[in-house]
Amino acid sequence: MTAQTKQTPATQPNPTMTVARAGLMAAMGLVIEREIMVRLRSKAFMISTILSIVLFGALVAFSGTLPSLFSSTDKVAVTSAGTQAVEGIDDVEPVDVGSVAEAKELVRSDKVAAAVVDDSESPVGLRVIAQRSAPDSIVSALSQVPTVEILDPDAPDPGLTSLMGLGLGLVFFMSAVTFGSTIASSVVEEKQSRIVEILLASTSARALMFGKVIACTVLAFGQIALTAVAVLVGAAISGNDLVLGKIAEPIAWFVPLFVIGFVMVAALYAAAASMVSRTEDLGSTATPIMMTIFLPYMAVIMFSDNESVMAVMSYIPFSAAVAVPMRVFLGTIEWWEPLVSLLILAVTTLGALLLATRIFERSILRSGPKLSWKQALTGGGLG
Amino acid sequence: MITLDSITRSFGSTTVLHDLSFTIGAGRMTGFVGSNGSGKTTTMRIILGVLAADSGRITVDGHDITPAHRSAIGYMPEERGLYPKMPIIDQLIYLARFHGLSRTTARRRGLELLERLDLNGEPTDTLESVSLGNQQKVQIAAALIHEPQALVLDEPFSGLDPAAVERTLDVLKGVAATGAPVLFSSHQLDLVERLVDDLVIINRGRLVATGTTDELRRLRSRPEWTVEGHADMAWVRTVPDVDVIELDGSWVRFAAAGSDAAEAVLREALTRGSVSSFAPHHLPLNRLFQEVTQS
Repeated sequence: MTAQTKQTPATQPNPTMTVARAGLMAAMGLVIEREIMVRLRSKAFMISTILSIVLFGALVAFSGTLPSLFSSTDKVAVTSAGTQAVEGIDDVEPVDVGSVAEAKELVRSDKVAAAVVDDSESPVGLRVIAQRSAPDSIVSALSQVPTVEILDPDAPDPGLTSLMGLGLGLVFFMSAVTFGSTIASSVVEEKQSRIVEILLASTSARALMFGKVIACTVLAFGQIALTAVAVLVGAAISGNDLVLGKIAEPIAWFVPLFVIGFVMVAALYAAAASMVSRTEDLGSTATPIMMTIFLPYMAVIMFSDNESVMAVMSYIPFSAAVAVPMRVFLGTIEWWEPLVSLLILAVTTLGALLLATRIFERSILRSGPKLSWKQALTGGGLG
Repeated sequence: MITLDSITRSFGSTTVLHDLSFTIGAGRMTGFVGSNGSGKTTTMRIILGVLAADSGRITVDGHDITPAHRSAIGYMPEERGLYPKMPIIDQLIYLARFHGLSRTTARRRGLELLERLDLNGEPTDTLESVSLGNQQKVQIAAALIHEPQALVLDEPFSGLDPAAVERTLDVLKGVAATGAPVLFSSHQLDLVERLVDDLVIINRGRLVATGTTDELRRLRSRPEWTVEGHADMAWVRTVPDVDVIELDGSWVRFAAAGSDAAEAVLREALTRGSVSSFAPHHLPLNRLFQEVTQS
């Protein structure tokens, strides 16, 4: 009791009842700090982060040695002319034989995969003998091919293009959904436990929501940045200059588009979560948001080689983060297009933030049955 | 001093607070009593600004309440809840820092409060790992962590054992002793009766009565007395202007218009034999409460 009176000098009566109150920025800082610390202390979060870093890094590091894992050296029986012919063909170990009959015997007994023997009737002077089907690598190596002139050796590899679309899309989709759910459950936790009442008595709903959105964005971006570092290190280890060189510019566009797009998604998730009182009801309000992320993601993967669809997608806020880097990679984008796309995304995100703040402020103290999006927006029947 | 002036609030088409006015005096423990759904929680939320009133105003010492005033209120909401998975001391520090306390001050103050409330557990335990009664103590500590200059507590004693009630009471009285207005709701009317200076009774969102418990008794019921002697007291029924409420052989409880009539009963009893006790009878608050909410 003495400590009490020492700290709070008795004023009878209490003339100016005031206590310091943290400003918007300070309060946001507190919310951000707590949200981040809680995640960093969470085992589940740390394990999934480390797992994704190790997995992606290892994938790239070993990508250089992957093909050798699937190849094997074939033994091929060769006669004198064949020896010259198979020289220089990869993965072939020549076994010298004296005659065609001997070669056939080895093929029949499966001692060799195939045999290459002289044949004066063949246009190339050789005959390939095999048990059931000839090894493609040997046949194609021995075939005559027309001269091929490559005009643009740097043109994007279509396989790599769709792989990149898949990769960026996956990164965006996974982190949007994972961290979107994180922010949603953090909002519902506070609402369900009613600590939100204590918090709102000492700070504003805006500080609370913005703090959560920023914290989640920092965490999501941090996780992805670490994964990116792991990928680069992996690339350096495997000497895969493809990763380092060609996708640097697309990645440079992906980063700002991702960060802004993520803020938009996180704000919408926070709003959706503020509309329910129990975690069990979260699915119904969060599903529309997940669909708006999921559908563009699917579209980007399916139409990655359709230039006009991709052009449209690069202006849609929900798909811009994936579509723009892909078009940059393909070289089918004008220099100003990413900037316009970024601007559209930024404006949309601002709108989403305002909308989400409005919904959040209206819904956060409501308990009981979940609100519909319409109710939350119009304030119909709101307390 | 916090004053509510004509506060009205509706949810949709239902009006839950009708023109509610009352005052929480400086340094006064004010009990806030009403049946379930009578509007206590809504009133408290409006005082704290987590809910807006449709009309009416709240003043602090005559000035309109500001966020700075509200920040000086220690608040304990009806539905308990802090962060279940967060260490106890960490959440106290977190809440305190919204009020501008430094981390070290908040920690010192938090540990001190937990000590005074006799938390049975380590401050570094997570909230969910301690018993419900102890979680309740943490909740009280959360309301007090920022050295509030007023308290608004919704059911602060529910779930506490008698020893914890006494400790909590000591802490709350300590705050009131600094001149802070203290408002708390409770359904434990015997407890309220024992510790409040003032009472505010509401029913269906309307103010039914406000004042000290004595004032309310005077206002609402005929004063009562009890007499105990050694002979049968049935004769009291025949005394004019006196109504026997309860009779048990040589013990009687009666209502009378004033002390003159009561003393007449005492004199009559003395002429009939010895009297072992004579005293005014205090109507228990729960009876008073039923009386005022049902009238």
